[in-house]
Formats: sequence, structure tokens, C-alpha cells
Amino acid sequence: MTNLHMGQVHLGLIDYALMLIYFVFVIGIGASLKRRVKTSSDFFQSGRSIPAWITGLAFLSANLGAQEVIGMGASGAKYGIATAHFYWVGAIPAMVFVGIFMMPFYYGSKARSVPEYLKLRYDEKTRGFNAFSFAIMTLFSSGISLFAMAKLLGLLLGWDFTFSMLVSAGIVLAYIFLGGLTSAIYNEVLQFFLIVFGFLPLVVIGLTKAGGWDGVKHSLDLLAVQNHFPAGAYTHAWAHMGSATNPMGVDWFSLTMGLGFVLSFGYWCTDFLVVQRAMAANSMSAARRTPLIAAVPKMLFPFLVILPGMIAMALTANGAASGYSLPLDAKGGLDYNMAAPSMLVHFFPTGLLGVGMTALLASFMSGMAGNVTAFNTVFTVDIYESYIRPKQSDHHYLMVGKFATVGGILVSILTALLAANFNNIMDMLQLVFAFVNAPLFATFLLGMFWKRTTGHGAFFGLLSGTVGAAIHHGLTRPAGEFEAIKGGWLGHIVHTYPSDMAQNFWTAIIAWTTCFVVTIIISSLTKRTKSDEELTGLVYSLTPKPEETEKVWYKQPVVLGIIVLMGAVILNVLFS
Amino acid sequence: MDLRLPVGALFAIFGALLTLFGAFGPKDIYEKSLGINVNLYWGAVLLVFGLLMAGFALAASKREAQAKAE
Repeated sequence: MTNLHMGQVHLGLIDYALMLIYFVFVIGIGASLKRRVKTSSDFFQSGRSIPAWITGLAFLSANLGAQEVIGMGASGAKYGIATAHFYWVGAIPAMVFVGIFMMPFYYGSKARSVPEYLKLRYDEKTRGFNAFSFAIMTLFSSGISLFAMAKLLGLLLGWDFTFSMLVSAGIVLAYIFLGGLTSAIYNEVLQFFLIVFGFLPLVVIGLTKAGGWDGVKHSLDLLAVQNHFPAGAYTHAWAHMGSATNPMGVDWFSLTMGLGFVLSFGYWCTDFLVVQRAMAANSMSAARRTPLIAAVPKMLFPFLVILPGMIAMALTANGAASGYSLPLDAKGGLDYNMAAPSMLVHFFPTGLLGVGMTALLASFMSGMAGNVTAFNTVFTVDIYESYIRPKQSDHHYLMVGKFATVGGILVSILTALLAANFNNIMDMLQLVFAFVNAPLFATFLLGMFWKRTTGHGAFFGLLSGTVGAAIHHGLTRPAGEFEAIKGGWLGHIVHTYPSDMAQNFWTAIIAWTTCFVVTIIISSLTKRTKSDEELTGLVYSLTPKPEETEKVWYKQPVVLGIIVLMGAVILNVLFS
Repeated sequence: MDLRLPVGALFAIFGALLTLFGAFGPKDIYEKSLGINVNLYWGAVLLVFGLLMAGFALAASKREAQAKAE
């Protein structure tokens, strides 16, 4: 055991130089955009002026925070190639749906945020429910991202927790304060390329060391048998999904319905963090293409973020001969979260290590900036302008947006400090947000495609979906877990799931179905409050179909969508 | 501002630094990366990518200036 406790690495002069140059560029981009921010629309919506390839890469990158780079590497190590379901079953179909079917309403309605769309489509209380829960959630996510980064830099490089936190928060603050959403989007594109170029050599070197894909497969097959799974459990995404006897402990139904339908559509189609990027595009066509352009690199990302985790596991299974093994956590188990970072430190010499560390920093910062820009918009548009001080000058709201950015970053820092001291509070909050988010897609689906859906229906549907999720979680529990945070806190266990992932997927399915049914029932019993005229541009049947204005096929959303879906099918089959 | 310019510039600088470090820096650090001088090779890749991006941006702004002049 050579790596029992991760040895810290010392960066060379060139590594620090690369990081410093990156910081200079990031702030420089913000500064050079400063004179373009004159109105609140420039600050919150980039003046709806950004070309599709840029919003597309930003759409992808805003989601590419800590969760993706660290979390997907960890899941790759723990569950193997099945982790790719989060992409090939989860993200891709949802991204195609939002681009082709939903973007016409988001972009065409001239709403400035997702909660504002709910206000136009339904009523004030539905908007308020979504605005407040979303605003609080983004700040906590941003704080958790900050916490994860500072902790990681401490583990890898021995940097002081408070120092790394303040420096990165300060940089994110500077470039958003200066250039608003445009600055965040431009930097997200830069971060996208950094992550690709920072992680690609890791995959190449790691695969070489592990004897190629065949070598990884061989080692993981042996490991699977050792862990009492069928031989291909870690290297086949579908072959062992017939029942829940795979490392994830989920079957194909909860996977496709829970993850593929409810959770993924809920996230990619209604989360303002990503939708905001598409809404900044310079035309309807560009807005619709944004998620489709993002889907192309997205479906290849498993090779960049999941594969390193699988390689780490294969090398660990090969034992001392490989010279690498996954670090252990405090309890003596494998620390899956360290899979990607520890590989980086193990294989990258000084120089390239600087690029890799810059890429990690970039991923954390882009995740945080995505949350902060979504927060300052929702706070200003949906909370301040609606409930605190309506009808002020545009300049007033621009200044509020800037102060909301500062306030948002300060709360993120406090959240990070809180997370460092009380881990359980964070877990609990994330659980509550999961309850609130799970039913949301039913509200949007009914709102966009059934004009009869009413404000009361939507609001009480959402509420009962959230409560339904909580009750399900309170009555069930994953096998072998006994803490209240994992479920069963209502005191009576109705069902035990094979894994916490199966429980999560079912919580989502129940929340969505409850919301869907309750919304339909209450809508049928209540009077419509919005006339057909008011709903034009917000509901499918009352909106003129968007005409195809693009002459070349590769710019047409529907053609692109079909190509993207075919790509996802091929990847599913190749790694089935 | 054409975003390709700062993206290109950043990667050109990263690439140039890595290539130079790989060519003239210490050689005993590559045991980690299986004996491959990754700084030299990957630096060259970054340099080419950066120059291409910046080149496209400059060509586009030149075309625009020409279109305006006509």
C-alpha cells in the first residue's frame, strides 16, 4: 500500500505560472466586457446577442462543476460504465427535448427567467414558489462547490482552506460583477476547452498504463467476480440491468423512468442555470440549437470524466504492479471521490500538472459562476422587482443585480464554511431541494402542452408532488442504511430498496406522478384565469409553429436533434 | 469581442510554455508519465490549437473590415 494517505504534491514554478496566466485571462475577459454592460438586459441576458456555438458550450460548461468532474469520476470507479446512463439515457434525450419543443416558449415568450415564465403561464404564487426555492438552492450549490474545491486543494496541494476559497470566490465575483452573464458565458467556453485539454492526456496515459480498453475490461471483470457481480458488471451499461443485481442496484425501469425521464428532463428542461444560457442566444434558431450543440460534446464526456475513474479502479485492482492505487478515506474504505484528482497527480509531471490543476479550478469556478449568474437574475427579476420594489428605473435594477452578485458570493462563502462544520445540514438541504425539484417537469409539461392547466392546478400539483416525494422518502430506505437522512424517518418502513440510487429514482417517479395527476384533477375543477390570447406564445396549441429560417441542414434544430439522438443510440448499443 | 481571440491566445501561451519547458526543462520528471515527454507533445498540440483559434478570429475580423471598406 503505497498510497494509504495521499501524499501532497508540490507544484513547480511553471504550474503556478499557468494558473496565474489563466486567472489574468479570466478577469481580463470580464474587464474587456465591462463597457458593454449598460442595461439590466445586458447584465442578466447578455442583451440576447450571443451566437449559438458559444451559448452551446456555455450550456454544457455551466453544468460542468465539481459534481461532473469529481463526481462522475467517483461513480465511474464505483459503478463502472453504467455511470454513462447519466449521459446517454439521462442528459441527451432531455437536451434534445428542451431544444426542439420547449425553447420556442422560453425564448419566444420574452420571459427573462424560468420563474418569470411560470408567472406568465400560471400565476404569482407558482412563480414565487419556484423563485424562492431556486434562489436558495443555487446559493447552496455554489457554496457546496466552493467547499468541495477548497477541500480538494487542501488534500492535493496542502493549500489553506480559507485562502483557496477566498481567492476563487474573489475571481468569480470579479468577472461576473464586471461583465455580467456575457462574462460568465465567455469564461465558461474557456473553461470547457481547458477541461477537455486538461483531462484528455490523463485518459491517454491512463489507458496506456492499464493496457488499453481491453486491459481495463479484463481487470474490471476480475474485480466484478470478486465483488459477487457478473463478470461484465462494470464494463457493460445495459447487459445486467434486467434486475437490480448490478453495482448501481437499479433495474431498467427505474433507470429509464426515474433517471431518464423525471430527473433528467426536470433538470435540463426547467433548471434556469442551464436554460439561462440558451435564453442569451441571438435568435430563436440559435436558442433552439444551444442544447443540441451542447449535446454533441456531452455524449462524449463519459470518455473524459467517467473513464479515468474506471481506469483508477482497474489499476487499483491490478495491485502493487500498477504503482497506483485509489487513496483510502478516513474510515479505511476506498475514497472514490479522489479517483480523478489522484490520477491527475499520479500521472502528470510538473508542467502538464499545471494545466490539469487549472482545468480542475476552471471546472469549479464555472460551476460556481453558473449558480451565481442564475441567482442574481432570479433574485432581481423574480424577487426584488416583484415583491420588494417594483417599477424602478432600469439602472436601479442593474445595480441591484450587481449587489445581488456580491451578496450571492458572500452567502456562498458562508455556506462553504457551514458545510465544513456541519456536513449533515448540507445533506439535509440537498434532500429537501431534491423533493422540490422532482415534480417540476410535470408542471412545465402540462403548462406547455395543455392549455386547460390552471394556476391553482400547477401550484397545488407542485406542492403535493414535493410532499409526495418527502413521504416516499420517509417510508422507504436503501438496504443496509439506518440513518434518518437516508430515509425511513416516518418510523415505518414500507419498502427497502437495493441501493440509495434506486430509492432516489423512485422518489422522483412518485413525485412526478403525484404532481401530474393532482395538477390535472385540480385544473379540471378550477376555472381558467388566462384567456387564449394571454397564453399565446406560452402554450403549444396556441402558438404559431416556429418557421424554419435556416437554409443549411446543419443549422436546423430538428435535423440536429435527430443526429444527436442517433449518436446516443449508437453509444448505448456499443457499450451495452 | 471575438471569443476565439482570448481562447486562442490563452492556449497559444500555455502551449508555448509547455513546449519550451518540455524541450529545455528537466528530463527526469517523466517517469510519472510512463517515460513520455508529455509537456513537449501536449504543449505542441495546445500551441497549434491556440494559433488556429486566434488565426480564425483574425481572418474573420479582416474579412469584416474589408466588407466594411467596400
